[in-house]
Amino acid sequence: MADIFDAYALADAWDEMFERPGEVRTAYEPVLAALQPIEPGELRFRADQMARAFTDRGVTYAFAGEERPWPLDLVPRILDALEWDLVQRGVSQRVRALEAYLSDAYGPGRAFEDGVVPWRLLLNSPHFHRAAHGIEPPGGVRIHVAGIDLVRDEAGDFRVLEDNVRVPSGVSYVIENRRAMTRIFPSLFAEQHVVPVDGYAQRLLAALRAAAPDGVGDPRVVVLTPGPSNAAYFEHALLARLMGVQLVEGHDLACRNNRVWMRTTRGEMPVHVVYRRLDDDFLDPLHFRPDSVIGCPGILSAAQAGTVTLANAVGNGIADDKLLYTYVPDLIRYYLGEEPVLPNVESYRPDEPGQLEAVLDQIDQLVIKPVDGAGGQGIVIGPKADRDTLERTRAAVAADPRGWIAQRPVALSTSPTLAGDRMAPRHIDLRPFAVNDGTDVWVLPGGLTRVALQEGNLIVNSSQGGGSKDTWVLAEGPAELPRVLDFARTEETSIAEDADGGGTAWDVVPRQLGPDGARGVVQEGAQQQ
Amino acid sequence: MNDVILSRIAEALTWTGRYVERADATGRILDAYLHRLLEDPWRDEDVACRSLYAILGVDAGSERVDMQQVLDQLAFDARSTCSIEGALGAARLNARSAREAVSSEMWECLNSTWHALADQRLAARRTGPYAYLELVRRRAALFFGLADSTMSRDDSWRFVVLGRSLERVDMTVRLLSVRVLDAAHAPDWPTLLSASGADEAYARVYGGFGDTPRVAEFLLLDRDFPRSALHALTTAEECLAALGRPRQDPARRPIGRMRTRLEYLDLAALEEQLPLLLRDLQQACTASAEAVAERFFPYQGPVEWAQEGA
Repeated sequence: MADIFDAYALADAWDEMFERPGEVRTAYEPVLAALQPIEPGELRFRADQMARAFTDRGVTYAFAGEERPWPLDLVPRILDALEWDLVQRGVSQRVRALEAYLSDAYGPGRAFEDGVVPWRLLLNSPHFHRAAHGIEPPGGVRIHVAGIDLVRDEAGDFRVLEDNVRVPSGVSYVIENRRAMTRIFPSLFAEQHVVPVDGYAQRLLAALRAAAPDGVGDPRVVVLTPGPSNAAYFEHALLARLMGVQLVEGHDLACRNNRVWMRTTRGEMPVHVVYRRLDDDFLDPLHFRPDSVIGCPGILSAAQAGTVTLANAVGNGIADDKLLYTYVPDLIRYYLGEEPVLPNVESYRPDEPGQLEAVLDQIDQLVIKPVDGAGGQGIVIGPKADRDTLERTRAAVAADPRGWIAQRPVALSTSPTLAGDRMAPRHIDLRPFAVNDGTDVWVLPGGLTRVALQEGNLIVNSSQGGGSKDTWVLAEGPAELPRVLDFARTEETSIAEDADGGGTAWDVVPRQLGPDGARGVVQEGAQQQ
Repeated sequence: MNDVILSRIAEALTWTGRYVERADATGRILDAYLHRLLEDPWRDEDVACRSLYAILGVDAGSERVDMQQVLDQLAFDARSTCSIEGALGAARLNARSAREAVSSEMWECLNSTWHALADQRLAARRTGPYAYLELVRRRAALFFGLADSTMSRDDSWRFVVLGRSLERVDMTVRLLSVRVLDAAHAPDWPTLLSASGADEAYARVYGGFGDTPRVAEFLLLDRDFPRSALHALTTAEECLAALGRPRQDPARRPIGRMRTRLEYLDLAALEEQLPLLLRDLQQACTASAEAVAERFFPYQGPVEWAQEGA
């Protein structure tokens, strides 16, 4: 009998589920066993149910100008405890190194003096803000939240693709994907020891409160959003709701005497920590783009005066510039005295003597990225590009070597994804989220797995029409699995061994009962005279 | 015309409000528990299910229990008014026997819900009970929303709200009791909050999370949250006052006394007083409900039509 995994042909990449055709990796056995018997029609039914639930809850994203339900594939992406341990150590190490770099770059500049990173890298960066110089953030934290993008190469090794330490987004989809999966596949879930993801908002709030200016007893935290038309508005609202803090727009805030106030019906209230979900450029028209209407004039001066903390800090862009990315392994060795846990993808720096020629010569075999691009924009994949594109790119790189990096193309790992009514391999990446509270960099177990829904496509951003998967980190739990919540089971339960008499300390108080409504009902067939 | 209300009708209305509230609260509790159970890989299903039985006042027996059994007994069992289906069925029949006192829309809401449950129950066997529980929550909200917008604020309406309020206090007390009496097996604070639909309201008030005994304080004493014991008691007392009951009335006195006790409670002593407080709350609600029955609908015995020539 045919099933949805028939005709699953492995691509030229590491497949997350199958070691070899027909040979499933251990961690995926229960998932395969659960999914294989399901009819394609039933899978469609569940997928439609999920899409409807997402639409109802407002879990949508803007694609080509319309609101679409967030695309979540039904096959989870699974990381066992060992893999996760590696990922979370690597991510947390990276965040610590980038924190050290930011503190150095906006302070003494040791790394430049010692020749680890060239000065020009800092001074040429469009994200270097003199305004940020000399702001000493509470707890030394500038990266309160980070999203580090990882891929898995042909050998199955995780590599860092890029760092996001400005305004990383996507964590709401991690929370929503998990919620949806537990509701669609309760029994599959119950068999597995999957580490929960619902602690994120709590960690975030604790980190934000810890970041408040010194001497504030009970800091008021707000989430600053560009407003409902922003693509990530759902996420801003979700995080504010989960943290129980106000979701504010720029014009809800006012700055006076270097303090930030929030306009409320009870007068103005002081604000101490602003978790801002808009870019530096729009944050403060007095300092940055004067045409920005979504920011708050004067907020930067307040941050400089130390009466309010901005999270993430202003000027973090110098640390996730794609050119700096190529130096991060050196920064890890330099600041932390450790070897990188997760390697980079091999990269070239066209702005270094000798490397420009190498890049231009083999431009058809490299991936060319603008150092400033976001959301997969402007990326040219050499082996797949036509002659015209290559020529245009060659000219652009030659004209502005500082504006580009080049990387060896990595065949991203694949994972079975429902396409039509069959499973097909699709390329995926992983964005784990880290929260830094000043004493500890905590990494949310799992993260956002994004899927390129077109066959062979290597760009996974949702703004490019990608999908997503729930990411399961398996716990090292007790050996004995809990009972399966099998909603299809009908037979009687067996009597378990009664270890401690089975009695409980509760007194069961009976419910009050009223009439069950059967009273006063005229019997069928009775004639009223 | 509207100045008198039949005892039978008053009773049916009170229990309609009570049963719909019971279905709603039971649905929330099951949903919160189930979700916790799935999300937490280290949880013991048997223990969680036992605490559910305890909350909902059903004897779990000594054999192992699992979630499927819990759902069969506390959600799908049409014969027991402690289960969602039974409570909604009883609410529907009560509303039907008081058709002229509730608005048509309220009756249709209960009736269509009753007919929709069967389909959802079958779907729940296939894909889990979430859609079923969600339907129950939405229809309960719709029912009370319709009561709010289509019933005159007369005595009929007061009996519906009185029933709802008494059941609400009872449910909140039950949730907290399990936590207090057997902390080792109890649900954690965040689960308690979501089981009362209070997680977001709590986060707004305390700017944080339900990981402290402050949750008990919130669920008992918050003045603004409609499911807190204090809020529901206050509402019940207002209904009784408007029904013309003097302060010394045996229906009004127990909850009035409880309300003032909660209002002037010394928060420092809350934790140690909690077990006693919960017991007294439960007794006050029971006493009040009995006195209401005694006072407003003391007539016993079913009303039946005899078959001609039978």
